Amino acid sequence: MAIPKVCGIETEYGIFVRGAENDPVAASSLLVNAYADRLGSRPGWDYEHERPSSDARDPDLPSPFGVGDPELESRLVNTVLRNGARFYVDHAHPELSTPEVRDAIDAVRWDAAGEEVLRRSVELASRHLPDGAEIVIHKNNSDGKGNSYGCHENYLVDRQVPFGRVVNGVLAHFVSRQVVCGAGKVGSEFPGQEPSAVPFQISQRADFFEEQVGLETTIRRPIVNTRDEPHADPMVYRRLHVICGDANMSQVSTLVKVGSTAIILAMIEDGALGDELLPANPVTAVRQISHDPTLRATILLDDGRRMTGLDMQEALHEQALRWFDRFGPESVGAEAGTESLRRWGEVIASLRSDDGRAAAWVDWVAKSRIIDAYATRHDVAPGSPRLRAIDLQYHDLRPERCLAARAGLEDVVPAEAVLRAVDEPPSDTRAFFRGRCLGKFAESVVAANWDSMVFDLGHDPLRRVQMSEPLRGTADLVANVIDESSTVGELLERLGA
Amino acid sequence: MAERTHREPQRRDDDVSDAAAPAAQDSSEGTRLKAELDDLLDEIDEVLETNAEEFVKSYVQKGGQ
Repeated sequence: MAIPKVCGIETEYGIFVRGAENDPVAASSLLVNAYADRLGSRPGWDYEHERPSSDARDPDLPSPFGVGDPELESRLVNTVLRNGARFYVDHAHPELSTPEVRDAIDAVRWDAAGEEVLRRSVELASRHLPDGAEIVIHKNNSDGKGNSYGCHENYLVDRQVPFGRVVNGVLAHFVSRQVVCGAGKVGSEFPGQEPSAVPFQISQRADFFEEQVGLETTIRRPIVNTRDEPHADPMVYRRLHVICGDANMSQVSTLVKVGSTAIILAMIEDGALGDELLPANPVTAVRQISHDPTLRATILLDDGRRMTGLDMQEALHEQALRWFDRFGPESVGAEAGTESLRRWGEVIASLRSDDGRAAAWVDWVAKSRIIDAYATRHDVAPGSPRLRAIDLQYHDLRPERCLAARAGLEDVVPAEAVLRAVDEPPSDTRAFFRGRCLGKFAESVVAANWDSMVFDLGHDPLRRVQMSEPLRGTADLVANVIDESSTVGELLERLGA
Repeated sequence: MAERTHREPQRRDDDVSDAAAPAAQDSSEGTRLKAELDDLLDEIDEVLETNAEEFVKSYVQKGGQ
């Protein structure tokens, strides 16, 4: 039986300072600090149990990072928010990890709330900038010059399923899902290829993958990442760390990206996904599909057949419908699972029939429509700097500059629900406990991370509360206890912690 | 207008299009999207950065994950 697909999204945002020194690390730190200061208190991030170099294939493999984990050392500025999210500086980018959510609709909601946190932090930070200077944030994955930064997804996976089965199961989806949720890009950044060789491609990230399976995330990027760091009971769970996706502006794209992937993983756990769509050369296939927005390019499968990315998505969706009839959507959330499956199917049907509706749902289609129409009206050559500017500004978080906000994209979550999620945690995961404790007892929270919190009771040693079960600490289980406790000491006593 | 190659993502595969042909039933949605696109094109030069091309040239990020 598939286990609940608790999930989350981490986004590294592009950052650029105008009118002052463009120092991305200082600017990112300023954003996080300005936002944290507004909250009054600022619990730090607790690095206990962080093991990014642990490999799912074999925990005893030597670390590719050598001694120590540079990823840990560079995470200097860190805070935890009242909605259960983590907001920090990573690799010269501001990064926001949503709280753990129970399904794809909530992933959309807290991902959009993350954008709002970035917008507010820019406004707060602007008071500390010289006159005329501004920090500009983009929710994208590349600068068009060969530098990429990630938007990662995380899914709770059953430890009992052999990792090799997970890898073989997800590869067909990871190679082809860009067709239904890619963010689109003007030009190629594939090493050795002229940018103009690809006037427009489906994915922001496709040019940056060099391995099929591997541990790294910043070099020799793999399609399937093997980081084995469950942030939960390691005997029971894995966390699949998905690094091959694009950051999406379209809420429907985020829903389809997360919803379809949660379904594919549930199908693997239920033994309901075959490997007949396994690509022969996944790394090449990612690029072949991305570089052909006409959707006609075929890739070679392991069994010798050739299929387009859209064919593969259609075949996976058909298998998902059969899985749904047999197993039901509970593992991926009853409402969100049903909605994800429906939306996923509608996007595929629209791309297949070319009825134009996908322009309201899929980022790359929406973006390419704007670029094509602009090029036609102004007679601009493909790949020109003007079109690259439109590409970049599609992802601009400034409301007065954002082109995605003007593209007619359909929303999944009402705007007022997104705004509430800026300060509210999800009610049905352990993020509720983390967020509510920060809301009520912020001055007593010394540090927090995904699976524990450290409290200072004002006397005695610091107390760590372990949260190794992602579906404990929910509103049903702890809301009353938190509400009725007037001090942290009382709370911990009532929890028996 | 000068000769140039120009992608037409809305006309991807005529055979498939003809076979499925549900476009007519969604003409109102298609009309809405087309009208919004026209509006966007009318205002896009005001929304774009004044020196958009300079900005895109200077836009360099440090690599991340």
